[in-house]
Amino acid sequence: MSEAGGNRNRSIAVRLVLMAAGSFAFGFALVPLYDVFCEVTGIGTREQLSRAGSAAGQAPVADRTVVVEFTASVPSGDWEFEPVAATMEVQPGRLYEAHYRARNLSGRATTGQAVPSVAPARAAQYFVKTECFCFTPQHFAKDEEREMAVRFVVDRELPPGIDRLTLSYAFYNVGRS
Amino acid sequence: MKGENRVAAPVANPYDARAVSPLSLSLTSGALASIASLSARADWSLINMPKGVSELSREIHDMHMIMLWICVVIAFFTFGAMIVAMVRFRKSKGAVADQKFLHNARLEAAWTIVPVMILIAMAIPSVEKLVKIEDTSGSGLTIKVTGHQWYWQYEYLGSGVSFYSRLARDSDIARQKGSGVDPATVENYLLDVDKPLVVPTGVKIRMLLTANDVIHAWWVPDFGMKRDAIPGFINEMWISVDADKPGTYRGQCAELCGADHGFMPIVVIAKPKAEFDAWLGQQKTAAPAALAATE
Amino acid sequence: MAHASHDDHAHGRPAGIVRWLTTTNHKDIGTMYLVFSLLMFLIGGAFAFVIRSELFQPGLQLVDPAFFNQMTTMHALVMVFGAVMPATVGLANWMIPMQIGAADMALPRMNLFSFWLLAFAFLLLLSTFLMPGGAPASGWTLYPPLVLQSGEAFPLAIFAIHLMGASSIMGAINVIVTIVNMRAPGMTLLKMPLFSWSWLITAYLLIAVMPVFAGAVTMLLTDYFFATSFFNAAGGGDPVLFQHVFWFFGHPEVYIMILPAFGIVSEIIPTFSRKPIFGYEAMVYAIASIAFLSFIVWAHHMFTVGMPLAGQLFFTLSTMLIAVPTGVKIFNWTATMWRGSVSFEPPMLFALAFLFLFTIGGFSGLMLAIVPADFQYHDTYFVVAHFHYVLVPGSVFGLMAAVYYWLPKWTGHMYDMRLAKWHFWLSAVFVNVLFFPQHFLGLAGMPRRIPDYAAQFADWNMVSSIGAFGFGLAQLLFVWLIIQCVRGGERATAGVWDWPHGLEWTVPSPAPYHTFGKSPEVH
Repeated sequence: MSEAGGNRNRSIAVRLVLMAAGSFAFGFALVPLYDVFCEVTGIGTREQLSRAGSAAGQAPVADRTVVVEFTASVPSGDWEFEPVAATMEVQPGRLYEAHYRARNLSGRATTGQAVPSVAPARAAQYFVKTECFCFTPQHFAKDEEREMAVRFVVDRELPPGIDRLTLSYAFYNVGRS
Repeated sequence: MKGENRVAAPVANPYDARAVSPLSLSLTSGALASIASLSARADWSLINMPKGVSELSREIHDMHMIMLWICVVIAFFTFGAMIVAMVRFRKSKGAVADQKFLHNARLEAAWTIVPVMILIAMAIPSVEKLVKIEDTSGSGLTIKVTGHQWYWQYEYLGSGVSFYSRLARDSDIARQKGSGVDPATVENYLLDVDKPLVVPTGVKIRMLLTANDVIHAWWVPDFGMKRDAIPGFINEMWISVDADKPGTYRGQCAELCGADHGFMPIVVIAKPKAEFDAWLGQQKTAAPAALAATE
Repeated sequence: MAHASHDDHAHGRPAGIVRWLTTTNHKDIGTMYLVFSLLMFLIGGAFAFVIRSELFQPGLQLVDPAFFNQMTTMHALVMVFGAVMPATVGLANWMIPMQIGAADMALPRMNLFSFWLLAFAFLLLLSTFLMPGGAPASGWTLYPPLVLQSGEAFPLAIFAIHLMGASSIMGAINVIVTIVNMRAPGMTLLKMPLFSWSWLITAYLLIAVMPVFAGAVTMLLTDYFFATSFFNAAGGGDPVLFQHVFWFFGHPEVYIMILPAFGIVSEIIPTFSRKPIFGYEAMVYAIASIAFLSFIVWAHHMFTVGMPLAGQLFFTLSTMLIAVPTGVKIFNWTATMWRGSVSFEPPMLFALAFLFLFTIGGFSGLMLAIVPADFQYHDTYFVVAHFHYVLVPGSVFGLMAAVYYWLPKWTGHMYDMRLAKWHFWLSAVFVNVLFFPQHFLGLAGMPRRIPDYAAQFADWNMVSSIGAFGFGLAQLLFVWLIIQCVRGGERATAGVWDWPHGLEWTVPSPAPYHTFGKSPEVH
């Protein structure tokens, strides 16, 4: 190969290596970049939590109530897990507390994690949990039963067409404690 | 000439034989005739979407029919042009190619813009229906549906009534490979369950869908709606049955969920509201015993 | 190839099996891809045969439901990744250098590597049938959590997919570099034949989306083996995320399968209408528009997951928009015949059947795009009918047309025209008997991917299965015909057809092992 050809090849090789290294570094840079993205767009639970503080400080809407239903699923079958009250009539803007009762049926000490889901999906961003047993894994001793609380506010800005929404938890086993 | 690279003087093509040999045509039409003879014992009436039993399902059916007819009309013109081109300009009848007919900007613009307008016209009716489908307010009952491998679980929220709904026993026996049972002898083969879902007519019913293991989907064609049941998440949709249409409606799981995906049907019995209330009351008193029995 | 062996020994080139393991010649590699894809077509067809045999009557007569799911899954994986895509690559390898006046592809060794990687990948994938638990059975769409219930086949299937993806990406790079750098002097891009254009654009689609598929299946792999929770709600993930990532690949993938067929039809219809393609530039812009639009429609495969209203509206509109450039192409093909001089040799027969039947698939696609109606169509046989219309009388007929068109150029022999016409008519009739009733089944309420069905679906299922048996048997004619043509037949001229256009018809038939060592003159 000619001198010039060899130099061209080397310069291409250098650029390709730099691109590969850059792409790899970009993968790591994505961690802080995601934080920035969520902050700017307001998407994600982190943003929801920071909004929770401001939602709790609102004045309740006087002339509107919404029915909140509570439901539970246990995919693994080795917990008893159900809401204490099936429904609650709430005023948007006011802070409420609901309870779920869980009992460890697995025969040993274990940890559960509740995963929340709200229907309709477009109401989810207006259902703000200020405190929730779903934020952290819950440790249970063998056969232990206890009530767990979730505090929430239905944001005043909830769209007018929604008169009923459902909070559902799926309670999963996430390992021994 | 664009995209061209010509070869020297074209030679008469000895392979320009007639496209359709009489023999091949008669043989394939013979095959078709024997298929047509199946009509002696057949039920060929099932070729279209059901109108269903709610205003929404009827609207969806009508929308489907409009789209279908628009496609038929467009097809008539499109296929018509193709057939005319093939027949009128065929070489075997002496057609000579017009090498100058290569492009026409106005034609291109026309058959770009006109389709866009037709498409927008087709899309507009769907907006209004979608808004209606999304609106779950004003419901009179909430039912939570949980998909399992391979059966459904129904819970009437707030009433404590919850039960499983499995493929009916006679279907389950008949469907086993090599069972020796002729499916034709089983009533509602593969569309029957041991404990159907019961709903009131004339009420907007909010359905919450979730699953225990893998993704399933709940679908009754007569209700016009289908939605996925996703493990760990709650999906929502609403259905209703016209007050003057009590009856039994059947559907199936509509998302591949493993080996017995085809064997977890849905049966819904719609009763007038008063009868439904009575039924639900009965279930409530029997509830603890029933739950124990089905677990 | 009897006469090739003279050249082999004369040039010190190996013969026999070593030739096929070490050749970097684009014609040889093209042949290998085509033979491989024909074999895979027969294997995928055998799986379809099992499916339609079981569905011939209600009741389970032949297979267990779990094995049935393996059949549907592997039928799709083999047809998509083993038959259609490799066939288009084989045609690209054979024809692009000849159409642009280049001596070979730009990267011949990578070309060879791409092929053998693919062959090895399929060995892996097909070997999963022999493993405990059998082949993957979660549908070719591999949705979690179901796919995570797969047995030992799972890592092999994922690995095979990675290898196939790498093979496709390398092949696509090869096509782009070849077309961009090696066109004969005077052949500007807007003078390039439409088949090469279609592959240029397809190659960009491949490079854009194959890595996305690789990412999706890697996330499945880590969820399965390394306790990540991308798609697991318990760990904060969501199964629907997979669907988004998969279909972001999956939708452009189906266009990857059809665009080369568009290119083929754009070569054949002008030849047998004896005039150039109508609206050449419009055709180029149409293909580019279709490719661009294919990136923004993916969620139309997911309308029932619980999508926000705005999303449903956007994806309905973008999906319907694809009908516009597609319609432009259909009208331009028709206008090519208009005021032409049309004859009906086998390539033209297949191209015309494509024109008609692909359009039917397009209409059912338009219907599927409308969301409220899609709630009734989704996951039913209506969808199965739609995609089989665009893939079988669409892609596959396009590929068969290409074989009938270029086979004399490859082999130097004309094939048996009568047999080819028999193959055509049997295929064209039976493909409709097979798939048209599936529209009815879907509308009447029959879901997809079920091995057994309720009594009211029995009649149309029986018709469809008869169509399948007829269609499958007809393909044996195709195989026989190709074998006979390779072995011998009436000598073909350089031009082969009455009105050839393109550089490939300026070289003798069979095309010499090396063509265009010296660049041709292009006007």
